Amino acid sequence: MSASQNLRRGEVAIRHLSKSYRLNGTPLPVLRDINLNIRSGETLAIVGASGSGKTTLLRVLAGLEDPDAGEVLIDGKRTRGVGTDRAVIFQEPRLLPWLTVLDNVGFGLETQGLFRGAARERARRYVQLVGLQQFEGAYPRQLSGGMAQRVGIARALAVQPEILLLDEPLGALDAMTKISMQQELARIWRDEDVTTVLVTHDLEEAIYLADRILILPREKGGEPRLIEIGLPRPRDRSAPEFVRHREGLLHLFGLH
Amino acid sequence: MSYEHVNTSLAAGFGLGRAEGHSTAIPAIASRWRALIGFIVARYGLVLGFLAFWQLSSTVGWVNPAVFPPLDVILSALWSGLASGALLDDIAISLQRSGIAFAAAVAIGIPLGLFMGQVRFVEQALDPILQLFRQTSALALYPVFILMLGLGETSKVFVIFWATLFPILLSTIGGVKEVDNKLVEMARTYGAGPLTVFRRVVLPASVPAIFVGLRLSATTALLLLIAAEMIGANKGIGFQVMNAQYNFQIPLMFAAILLLALLGLAANALLVLAQRNLCRWSQPNA
Repeated sequence: MSASQNLRRGEVAIRHLSKSYRLNGTPLPVLRDINLNIRSGETLAIVGASGSGKTTLLRVLAGLEDPDAGEVLIDGKRTRGVGTDRAVIFQEPRLLPWLTVLDNVGFGLETQGLFRGAARERARRYVQLVGLQQFEGAYPRQLSGGMAQRVGIARALAVQPEILLLDEPLGALDAMTKISMQQELARIWRDEDVTTVLVTHDLEEAIYLADRILILPREKGGEPRLIEIGLPRPRDRSAPEFVRHREGLLHLFGLH
Repeated sequence: MSYEHVNTSLAAGFGLGRAEGHSTAIPAIASRWRALIGFIVARYGLVLGFLAFWQLSSTVGWVNPAVFPPLDVILSALWSGLASGALLDDIAISLQRSGIAFAAAVAIGIPLGLFMGQVRFVEQALDPILQLFRQTSALALYPVFILMLGLGETSKVFVIFWATLFPILLSTIGGVKEVDNKLVEMARTYGAGPLTVFRRVVLPASVPAIFVGLRLSATTALLLLIAAEMIGANKGIGFQVMNAQYNFQIPLMFAAILLLALLGLAANALLVLAQRNLCRWSQPNA
């Protein structure tokens, strides 16, 4: 879509990243010495049991939380706090209820200083991309959960970030909407060449969408593992290789 | 697929007005009239019944018509008061007193509330004294204001200002404090600085709460207006109520009371209208 194809931007390097929270005064380590390279344009899924720190890792990448030690480099540059090179899609759509669908999608463009007319045009394109052109003028309270989340996705894509960070974006949706949204995300990512980090607790979702899966260990002593999903797209959930990946992952979690 | 379905059902909701036009004209008009009458009866039936009962019991003599004159007598007293211009002066001065006080309370209460709601330590430092002031009846303080400011216009306006300030201030603070932090966080990830977050997130999110305060204050303003005008005034609607009672002009007294009720309704209706326009997004049928 953009000129990023030959520049290959959006490369992330995580170096010796550690983070702990304080629980009643005692430090509770969440992330311990994480090292990882995320390739330009790839989709990396992060899975792990609850409490494994996958959301924390995403929030550190987003700049919403500071690490205790270590650093995050984007295209070789150390990040400091939030930045417009990254866009976050949260589990809740987090739409501004007083803005229409179109203005919500244009929100990020406007805060980043785009002129109103140009922002509207681009916002309109992304509203179309997620298939909500009929609802441009609707307010968030008139939308279903799945539609609202599409607006959140369009808002994030509209700023054309180098890195897209998703924190269990489909976790609150019903099973049917979830599958259709997964298909749609796969379609969108085929066209938008953007580095994507997807935190999810849904193993099938991870296999369906990701190039690689990072598995955060449940025990604090364990090592994080990386799995390459080399399946062609669009992926078939019932293909033997797909099923094999799922069984492998379940096995890793001790669920088989 | 599921999304297409949602699409059509929502579109059907939007097109409701048009769908009605398809039915044949005459039954449609008749049923619309029936619906309108049904609505009026359900909504205003009790008020109309109350007024009819008043008129009836006064003319038949169930109550003493010298104390509760029939409605037509009250209305004609109101009309002659308005036509002669005597009541118009009272309305003007009353509106001026409550209007200045209300405007001052808005001008100070909303900005101060927005500031206090954002800055935690200012709010914590000021909250105890605000609670103390708020719980002290403005009417009880009126003699103090008279001592400070004299018996003229200033003390009247000030006592109304004092009483209207707190609902506006406290609702605004509450509105700002209840802004969803997740929305603020979202705005920050899109590069919004503190000023943009305030303008695009905090301020619009507080508007409904601010309106709650404004409507409370408008009611309070009229209440305090009457109290202030009953003490040491020689003009104003509140003065007319007392004065007419002293002179045993009971129809005029009720006319002034009716005027007050109408003023209150008008003020509330104006605020509701403004709120509808400003908060279209939160209306169920916008």
